[in-house]
Amino acid sequence: MRQILVNRLIQALMVAWGVGTLTFIFMRSLPGDMAYRIAAGRYGQDNVNAAAADMVRAELGLDQPVLSAYFTWLTDLLQGNLGVSLISGAPVFQEVQHQLSHSLLLAAVALLISALIALPIGIACGMRTGGWFDRSLLAVSALLRAQPVFVVGLLLILAFAVHIPLLPVAGYGTASHLVLPAFSLALVLAAVSSRVIRDSTQTVVQSDYYQFSRVKGLPAAPTFQRHGLRNLSVPVIAFLGVQLITLIEGIVMIESLFAWPGIGHALAHAIFSRDIPMIQGAALMMGLLFVILNTLIDLACHWADPRGQLA
Amino acid sequence: MKGAVPVFWKLLLVIIVSFNGLRVHADTTQGHLTISAPFEFSSLDPTQHGYLFTRMQILETLVDVSADGTLEPGLASEWQVSDDGLTWAFKIRDGVVFHDGTPLNADQVVHSLNAALQKHGPFRQAPVNTVEAAGDEVVVQLNQPYSPLPAVLANYSTAILATDAFGEDGQVNTLIGTGPFTFVSASPPHKLSVQRFDDYWGQPAAIESAEYLTGHRSESRALQARTGQADIVFNLDPVSVTQLNRVPTVNVHSDLLPRTILMKVNSGHDFLNEPEARQALSLALDRTGISRAILRTPGAEANQLLPPSLANWHIDDLPPARQNKEEATALLQSLGWQPGDDGVLTRNGERFELTLITYADRPELTTVATAIQAQLADIGIDLNVSITNSSAIPAGHQDGSLELALLARNYGFIADPLGVLIADFAGESGGDWGAMNWQHPELLGLIESQQSERDVQQYAQTAQQIARILADEMPLIPVTYYTQQTAVNDRVSNFRFDPLERNYFLNELELAQP
Repeated sequence: MRQILVNRLIQALMVAWGVGTLTFIFMRSLPGDMAYRIAAGRYGQDNVNAAAADMVRAELGLDQPVLSAYFTWLTDLLQGNLGVSLISGAPVFQEVQHQLSHSLLLAAVALLISALIALPIGIACGMRTGGWFDRSLLAVSALLRAQPVFVVGLLLILAFAVHIPLLPVAGYGTASHLVLPAFSLALVLAAVSSRVIRDSTQTVVQSDYYQFSRVKGLPAAPTFQRHGLRNLSVPVIAFLGVQLITLIEGIVMIESLFAWPGIGHALAHAIFSRDIPMIQGAALMMGLLFVILNTLIDLACHWADPRGQLA
Repeated sequence: MKGAVPVFWKLLLVIIVSFNGLRVHADTTQGHLTISAPFEFSSLDPTQHGYLFTRMQILETLVDVSADGTLEPGLASEWQVSDDGLTWAFKIRDGVVFHDGTPLNADQVVHSLNAALQKHGPFRQAPVNTVEAAGDEVVVQLNQPYSPLPAVLANYSTAILATDAFGEDGQVNTLIGTGPFTFVSASPPHKLSVQRFDDYWGQPAAIESAEYLTGHRSESRALQARTGQADIVFNLDPVSVTQLNRVPTVNVHSDLLPRTILMKVNSGHDFLNEPEARQALSLALDRTGISRAILRTPGAEANQLLPPSLANWHIDDLPPARQNKEEATALLQSLGWQPGDDGVLTRNGERFELTLITYADRPELTTVATAIQAQLADIGIDLNVSITNSSAIPAGHQDGSLELALLARNYGFIADPLGVLIADFAGESGGDWGAMNWQHPELLGLIESQQSERDVQQYAQTAQQIARILADEMPLIPVTYYTQQTAVNDRVSNFRFDPLERNYFLNELELAQP
């Protein structure tokens, strides 16, 4: 357990340095004049011109050598200073905190809903593979996964905000605003995880130890509870780590579609306007989030699979 | 590396603490109005996103503008200029109080204007020498005559804030203005909330509160209008307009804006330095097709740069711009261009190949650009379309790399278009958003004289001369005018649209009781 935490801490430090350095290199390598991009982000398309770019260049010291700018950023990072947004002038730490709170809420609710959908469906299909329910769900799952997440979002809006006006189209501020974006993400996540749960259940149910438990006379429910659930959970928990990538991909599009003020949307806009401290701060936070979630998943697997503990 | 461990814990803390940022609340106030538009804001500084704060009527300017573009008294009840055109005195309106209860006076106005002078914007670009208080007047001393000064003082970037709105570092910390609505909260870039200010000096608002929501996608905004979740939705896309016209509870307003879609031309380019070449490009354009099929605003075809709403600057008797491919081809042939084997024109071994840059901030521009690509191909011009950031246009102008650009120019950015025309045509090589490597001595003389012109009739006459030169020489090729499409829920009455986009006139709106 301790080893997992130490390894993950080292990984987090490497991620912090790596993500920040890569975003710095990528942003500096993009074509176009940074000062103009930042000026456009600050003053808008109608008001960006050479004078605005010159002011931005002078204010932000964009003429300083690349290496010098990089080491300034690295020194600030080591002191816990993520800098200020080049567009809004607000501390990146404060901005990211605000945005991350919304993204985390959306992600957590989406994961919860996807688990509530995928677990019963996956287990039911895995217990009776090849049946009509299993085959129908395979088709639904393939159809859902084949759609970009914003299409699922749009369809849900049309169904539950326009034709049956139960929920808001977009925005935030009330619990009802969360329902459609969370369900859009959850459906896409559940489309895949339900199949993983199904396969895992099938493997467990067809295993020798499971069959032996039944043969020795243990009824179906206690067998599943004692020998099924924990065994099928190991690959499922591990798969959750992979799903986080889908979640992060989806969240950028969903936040834009539903005008949800999260970090994915903020990151996309920071990239358009070359707000490098914001990009670095947001990417750093997302990278660390991955590490933290993967640590939690490792710990959960460690708990679920005693073989690792023995080793 | 030593400090990195605390950083890690600090970042961890952010993730945990960030949950505290979540607040779930519902606003069900009866007199509450919701507005949705695509404009994001990231700062409270009026020089950056002041347009939103004047539209939401939190902040006001010294000078106001009527719907027909006439300058009117705002926070300045009157103004006058000295005979040499160098000294302007603005008398501050009596009886105006800021939202924090402090009375408006000349010192506070001077503080605000000096802050604007330190930052980017049209006020800084005007030839301002000093801004000082003199009793109940604010005196602006210029380095040279500049007649658009009152129009510049109607621009959002010169909005007046109370001195207490500024921090010690000179940055704007909060919005303490004089408008009919007070600032309640802002969650950049998504939400701005305002509340009625009962001590407003002008027409007080009927509605109690309002909220501005940034709707990033036009589909989402249209659906917000359709479901009644937003009362007023600005910047509808053409497809949504057709759908919303069928919704009985929504009224769609179409208003012409002083914004023109145009092609910026590098007149120093070997292929484009003759007026005939630019005329040929213009003749190849099917403006009617673009207006009808892409923008779905028939009648928006532009035959000159400035639209009819800017009456002084618009030539009424100029013939409509019609597509004439034969004449375009003949003009190019007269310049020595001949069709090559692949149908693309060649001259002295060079293919007529150009790159047009445009930007996706205004989604219709990319579609219009590809239509132009096809239309120019018909006369043998091979056009590459490059979609980039809007800032690539002034950057390409400055480094000389730009060949053609498609853009939407706002001639109402300053209430007197002269301010924009000076920026676009009076520079050494034109202007970042205007002409490129094109200069016309007569036009420069006219623009210069216009800056000190005080006779209204002469001003209008010179404006017509300037418009005529621009139409003949075509340093910029006009394509279409912009039409603003706005969805308004039928529970909202007294809605009117400000063509200069300075004001949403919230204080005039009334909401029907459910």
